[in-house]
Amino acid sequence: MKFGVIREVEPGEARVALTPASAAQLAKLGYDCVVETGAGAAAGITDDAYSEAGVEVLPDAAAVFAAADVIAKVRPPQEGEIDQLREGQTLIGFFWPAANEALMERAKERGATVIAMDMVPRISRAQKMDALSSMANIAGYRAVIEAGANFGRFFTGQVTAAGKVPPAKVLVVGAGVAGLAAIGTATSLGAIVRAFDVRPEVAEQIESMGAEFLFLDFEDSQDSAGSGGYAAPSSPEFREAQLKLFREQAPEVDIVITTALIPNREAPELWTPDMVEAMKPGSVIVDLAAERGGNCKLTVKDEKIVTDNGVTIIGYTDFPSRMAAQSSALYSTNVRHMMADLTPEKDGKVVHNMEDDVIRGATITHQGEITFPPPPPKVKAIAAAPKKEKAKELTPEEKRAAELAAFKAQTRQQVTLLAVGAALLLAVGLVAPASFMQHFIVFVLSVFVGFQVIWNVSHSLHTPLMAITNAISSIIILGALMQIGSGSFLVIVLAALSVFMAGINIFGGFLVTRRMLAMFQKS
Amino acid sequence: MEFGFTTAAYVVAAVLFILSLGGLSGQESAKRAVWYGIVGMALAVFATLIGPGSGLWVLSVVLIASGGVIGWYVATRVEMTEMPQLVAAMHSLVGLAAVFVGYNAHFELGRVLAMDDAARAGLEGFGALIAKKDGVEQAILRVELYLGILIGAVTFTGSVIAYGKLAGKVSSAAKKLPGGHLLNIAAAVISVLCLVWYFSTGGFLPLFLMTLCALFIGYHLIMGIGGADMPVVVSMLNSYSGWAAAAIGFSLGNDLLIVVGALVGSSGAILSYIMCKAMNRSFISVILGGFGGTQGPAAEIEGEQIAIDADGVATALDEADSVIIVPGYGMAVAQAQQAVSELTKRLRAQGKEVRFAIHPVAGRLPGHMNVLLAEARVPYDIVLEMDEINEDFPDTDVVIVIGSNDIVNPAAQDDPNSPIAGMPVLEVWKAKQVFVSKRGQGAGYSGIENPLFFKDNTRMFYGDAKESVNALLTKIS
Repeated sequence: MKFGVIREVEPGEARVALTPASAAQLAKLGYDCVVETGAGAAAGITDDAYSEAGVEVLPDAAAVFAAADVIAKVRPPQEGEIDQLREGQTLIGFFWPAANEALMERAKERGATVIAMDMVPRISRAQKMDALSSMANIAGYRAVIEAGANFGRFFTGQVTAAGKVPPAKVLVVGAGVAGLAAIGTATSLGAIVRAFDVRPEVAEQIESMGAEFLFLDFEDSQDSAGSGGYAAPSSPEFREAQLKLFREQAPEVDIVITTALIPNREAPELWTPDMVEAMKPGSVIVDLAAERGGNCKLTVKDEKIVTDNGVTIIGYTDFPSRMAAQSSALYSTNVRHMMADLTPEKDGKVVHNMEDDVIRGATITHQGEITFPPPPPKVKAIAAAPKKEKAKELTPEEKRAAELAAFKAQTRQQVTLLAVGAALLLAVGLVAPASFMQHFIVFVLSVFVGFQVIWNVSHSLHTPLMAITNAISSIIILGALMQIGSGSFLVIVLAALSVFMAGINIFGGFLVTRRMLAMFQKS
Repeated sequence: MEFGFTTAAYVVAAVLFILSLGGLSGQESAKRAVWYGIVGMALAVFATLIGPGSGLWVLSVVLIASGGVIGWYVATRVEMTEMPQLVAAMHSLVGLAAVFVGYNAHFELGRVLAMDDAARAGLEGFGALIAKKDGVEQAILRVELYLGILIGAVTFTGSVIAYGKLAGKVSSAAKKLPGGHLLNIAAAVISVLCLVWYFSTGGFLPLFLMTLCALFIGYHLIMGIGGADMPVVVSMLNSYSGWAAAAIGFSLGNDLLIVVGALVGSSGAILSYIMCKAMNRSFISVILGGFGGTQGPAAEIEGEQIAIDADGVATALDEADSVIIVPGYGMAVAQAQQAVSELTKRLRAQGKEVRFAIHPVAGRLPGHMNVLLAEARVPYDIVLEMDEINEDFPDTDVVIVIGSNDIVNPAAQDDPNSPIAGMPVLEVWKAKQVFVSKRGQGAGYSGIENPLFFKDNTRMFYGDAKESVNALLTKIS
């Protein structure tokens, strides 16, 4: 089958969906590649470079539409383009189906299959075709570079012979792929970077990139696992707390890069005009959300403006296109991976498996049907964090009741034990003679004292405890000593032996205990 | 000397003994506590020597002194790793002494009963005490000395076997003669029958028969208990030696013997209880020997054990901020405590947090590991108990398990069919990385497979614990 790529007609779009390198890979999958002449010119790829990689260069888009079975693009198709699609043809590219329903309807009518690269589900397996992430990565990088170009000072702090230069302070709002890329770029340029995100679980990622996470202590923090790793709109209270945090930062920071987007919604306003007012002259704001209205309402889409107080606000939406060589390389690789998944046999035949989570998710029209929105993927993007059970707050009354109940139970248990013990003692006392009872009471009391005392012995001293109880259990020597004065020779011999053995025990036991205890020392 | 003085001395001695045991609640007060014990013992012996009833005191002093020399010699020479054996051996002495004293009481009773009233009047000391007893009291005396001999004999052979097992002179595996517990029960029944017989006749034969039975029970009972249960056995024997002393105290009418015997007996009983609880096993099942019946095949373990060399461990330690070391019997066997202590010192010098996690039944004696680490001069305030440290494992970078196995076995929590299911264990697998220093791939002392060794974050550091740690020391400065 033939894989074709047309030139982007959108003004200012420099990217292209095929590079010579990806063409070579597609050839291995069994595809013959065709490309419209001049398609790669803006990205620095000449027609000759394509030809060398074995790509057939066709004179115009119509020829490509006619020749190819699969068409790859970057931007959503224009009306003129979509009408050239034919039944059974596959179109791959960004589509934004939620915003372009009419376009999707047209594609359906044409009977073409459309795979939207922006609809690739966010699961581990699909990362290699996640074009949004690869473009966001570039955007984040470029945002810092643009900011640097418009910022009149160094990023890194320096102490030079000509004076001390303080480091630039960069605030990154929204730590998605673009935000993280911006953090990484800014820190490697030597700036002090702070970052904020509504999803507290990204704190670790932010810190791993070398930025400081601005922690917002708020109960109702989001768990993004349910929304496939994307942020969701936050409550008004949360927004207030968030804005307060930013307001504190505004006078301090030199560069603000906002990347906060919520899927299929207008960008939330995070950087209010009063914050812009509070910023130092010469500061730069790069609003990566400009396409969706901007995180700062002063942002003008596709333009760079300077406010009255000298703050530059950059609202470009074509950051990836501004680095067309890099973004074309990454995008074409994403497309190539998508093709690899569509070609399980590597025989150049597209097998559109709608059972596959990734293909199903990205397909928006197929066989004359609109298949958007897709069902939720079978595999969750991120394992949902188990909901933490909060320990139930007991009211003072409940607490008191619980304590009372525990106390009652304890009392009942102790009283029962005492009653049983006393009854047993009385029973023994009924039959035993007085002389025995005297000793017996001593015995019972000693056992009782023993139990009370031993429970307090610390765990680490159990071995010394055994050694010392062993030593004092040689108190049996008293018995032997009392008997050794007997008249019978046998008794004397046995008693003497006992005295001897107990003697070993007394000295051995105490000495060894002393040795052990002397070893314990504090650090 | 007056009888009153002896009694007074006994009271003081008893108080001192109680203070001595109570003082063991803290490391510092324990050092004072030993002196209380020593003074109490000296006072008790002295008071008995000059008190009524004793004779041949020159011989007594000579015997005590010569016994003392041996005791002193043994106590100063013994290695801290051999402490379990020593304690067991000493228990056997107390047990045997109790048997002898019990027999003496029997002989004296016979002798006194044979005398006429005139001769009785001339008796003093123990003889005089017996002479004053009436019929019922004599019967009780018989029961008491019978019990003293019985417990003493069980303690004696039991301790000898425990000593053998701990010293490696007897195989530590649980062994039973054919017939198993039936033999024990038979011996116990014979003992009871002998008691009735002795009670009615007062003859020597039933006493002797019972002694043989008791000796057999002691031998067979302890033979049937595996090495891993030794902490319980030793503390149980400790308890027995106390009860034997108490029983003898009854027969001799000596309150101090009763008091001390009861103290020691209850102390041992509590220790046994603590040990059993630490293993989540009932006292009965430990005594009946072997690990209890399993309810099905243990879960299959997937994965493989991945080995690592000293370099790898050293690198991980270098990067770690918090380290927990979990020592076990293997550390004692390899005498690795000094090397471990040195490792600790060096890591601490680098500003890392190093702590020790001690499972209550680690080693072969309650508190065994604490003593070994103390010997190696590891400060006791970084040596923590299971309950104190178990929650800290998830925040720990590196855990080093040195020669312990069952006490870090996750199967105790995960696998209801595991023989050790329900036993509280140290949750080392929750740490970021676990290194297990172990001699070879075999299963542990109890023969139970340990899934910890197969976990993704576990690396096996094979080799003798001492050599392994020494190899580590060459990589860490």
